[in-house]
Amino acid sequence: MSENKKILAIYSYMDLLIDTIKELRSKGFEDIRAFSPVPSHEIEDALDKGYEPSKVKYFTLCGAILGACVGAAFTVLTSLDWPIVTSAKPIVSVPPYMIIIFECMILIGGLSTFLGLIINSRLRKNVDPIHYDDRFSNDKFGILVTFDNADFEQVEHILRDFGSEELKLDGEILKEKVVEPEPLEEATEEPPTQEKPTEEKESDS
Amino acid sequence: MSQIAEADKYSNLNKTVMNMLTRPSFGWWSIFIVDLIFLAFGIYCFIYQVYTGLGVAGYSHPVLWGVYITDFVFWVGIAHSGTLISAVLFLFRAKFRMSIYRIAEAMTVFAVATAGLFPIIHLGRPWNFYWLLPYPNQRGLWVNFDSPLLWDVFAVSTYATISTVFFFIGMIPDIAAIRDTVVGKTKKVLYSVLSLGWKGSNWEWSTYTRAYFYFACFATPLVISVHSVVSWDFAMANTPGWHTTIFPPYFVAGAIFSGLAMVITLCIPLRKIFKLEDYITMENFEGMSKMIILTSCIVFYAYLIEFFVAWYSGNKYEYDQFLYRATGDYAFFYWTMMFCNGIVPHALWFKKIRNNLVILFIISLLINIGMWFERFNIIVISLSKEFEPGSWGLYKPSWVELGITVGSFAWFFMFFLIFVRTLPALSIAEIKEILPVPRKNGGSNHE
Repeated sequence: MSENKKILAIYSYMDLLIDTIKELRSKGFEDIRAFSPVPSHEIEDALDKGYEPSKVKYFTLCGAILGACVGAAFTVLTSLDWPIVTSAKPIVSVPPYMIIIFECMILIGGLSTFLGLIINSRLRKNVDPIHYDDRFSNDKFGILVTFDNADFEQVEHILRDFGSEELKLDGEILKEKVVEPEPLEEATEEPPTQEKPTEEKESDS
Repeated sequence: MSQIAEADKYSNLNKTVMNMLTRPSFGWWSIFIVDLIFLAFGIYCFIYQVYTGLGVAGYSHPVLWGVYITDFVFWVGIAHSGTLISAVLFLFRAKFRMSIYRIAEAMTVFAVATAGLFPIIHLGRPWNFYWLLPYPNQRGLWVNFDSPLLWDVFAVSTYATISTVFFFIGMIPDIAAIRDTVVGKTKKVLYSVLSLGWKGSNWEWSTYTRAYFYFACFATPLVISVHSVVSWDFAMANTPGWHTTIFPPYFVAGAIFSGLAMVITLCIPLRKIFKLEDYITMENFEGMSKMIILTSCIVFYAYLIEFFVAWYSGNKYEYDQFLYRATGDYAFFYWTMMFCNGIVPHALWFKKIRNNLVILFIISLLINIGMWFERFNIIVISLSKEFEPGSWGLYKPSWVELGITVGSFAWFFMFFLIFVRTLPALSIAEIKEILPVPRKNGGSNHE
């Protein structure tokens, strides 16, 4: 347990990030979290199975049903509470109440979706700030891998080979950049074709 | 945009947005102060009205709904295209919405905040406004759910709440981007709190995109329901000129029409001042112009069909009402409306005009004026000549009403001016979605 470590790798390019995720998963590292400045289906696809689909839909559905019930109960019960005939209409006249029911459905459904968003994304053990980099909201991508200490070498190797620009082990920078290209044969059977573990990106304006 | 290196597009966008949030210039302050002066005048008019009584508001016997209700409908209408652009066009995956939707959404929230004031201003005893709300009270009385005015309370307050939350949700990732760049402790804390700890991890994105989608699904029928309910304020009464089934679609189309014009009115100067040409492109204006043509056609059709139905129905009161609109005391307002809403937008069929921002700006102003007159015509003209000739009468807005109307514009622009200096007016995350994804090994943006 105490052996678990987290390493954060920072990338400039999304395709390198996705290749890395695929490689890590093929080597059995499933506890991966990816950061990006944009939502990306590619990243989601690369990480699939690792995460169950978001539960926010249940919040939406339950909120909408609850809202409609509240709207119906509110209009009907208050009308019955003081039964007064207006415009020769029945005490409980359903058509106008549908409008109130509809609005309550949207209101409570919307608010519970918001609650669902907060509960599902924030309170669910969000990332520790030491495993975050300010550039993720700008132009960098990143992955956070949790692994057993024994696998450290292997993980580091994969991350370096696949073009990460910076590695942070539990918040400490491991090295600035991959200085020397190490064209090793170990990272062989990576499914994505192109990328040889070559030199780092050179023009970094 | 083509000059910017592919890899730098993301960071350039962040820089552009951050540049909008720097210390306000002298120009901004002068506009802001002038705006506050107008607002102060509006507030003065309101206080004067409260102290003196509603008599100062130009109301005279048959016309007891005047400029305030016109303003209310006008501002609710302005709000609508914000939700259209942010939610409906989101569901249709219209890419031209990306760079303007934040501005449109902000406009929605501020326009609803403005509209919400008018039913209260319109009250003789504004301090009793809470009687509109259903709450348990000593008398054991509840509100009348059969009344369209109460539907309005529910519809507009739901709309205000949902559009504000939707506006906020859309901003969370962008506020996080500001938090990560901004300097200064207070600002950092403020943006950190507002960003709700957003980190942009895949788990957050997947929850976020789904929540956003559901919100768009809620907002879409909501926007249609709200203006339909507003139109029922009139259509449910048997006043000639009001009592027609065409009102809901006619009002919804009119609302979107006027709102789009207001988005253009706001975007053109904003684009110029903050040099946003790379992001708010001619494509955005093209898209909006085309939607203006569409909604203008719907509105113009409604104007004509109203006349046709008034004649075809054989209902004398209805027919006389429409004849009076076109030829009576208020004919000037009527023909201004016809010209601004029915004729002027058709200039946008020509690409040259669509692409000329000065002309586009003028057209958008004319549409705003035309749509204000449309509401004025519907409300005031219909009331001034109802069934009995004995109770006919004319109405002229007083300086108090006009002062409050000017004040409402100042109120709206005050929020907007603060907004462009404090919150991200461009959606960073969504514009990045249409920028090419940085890739080392080439390949195109997937979609």
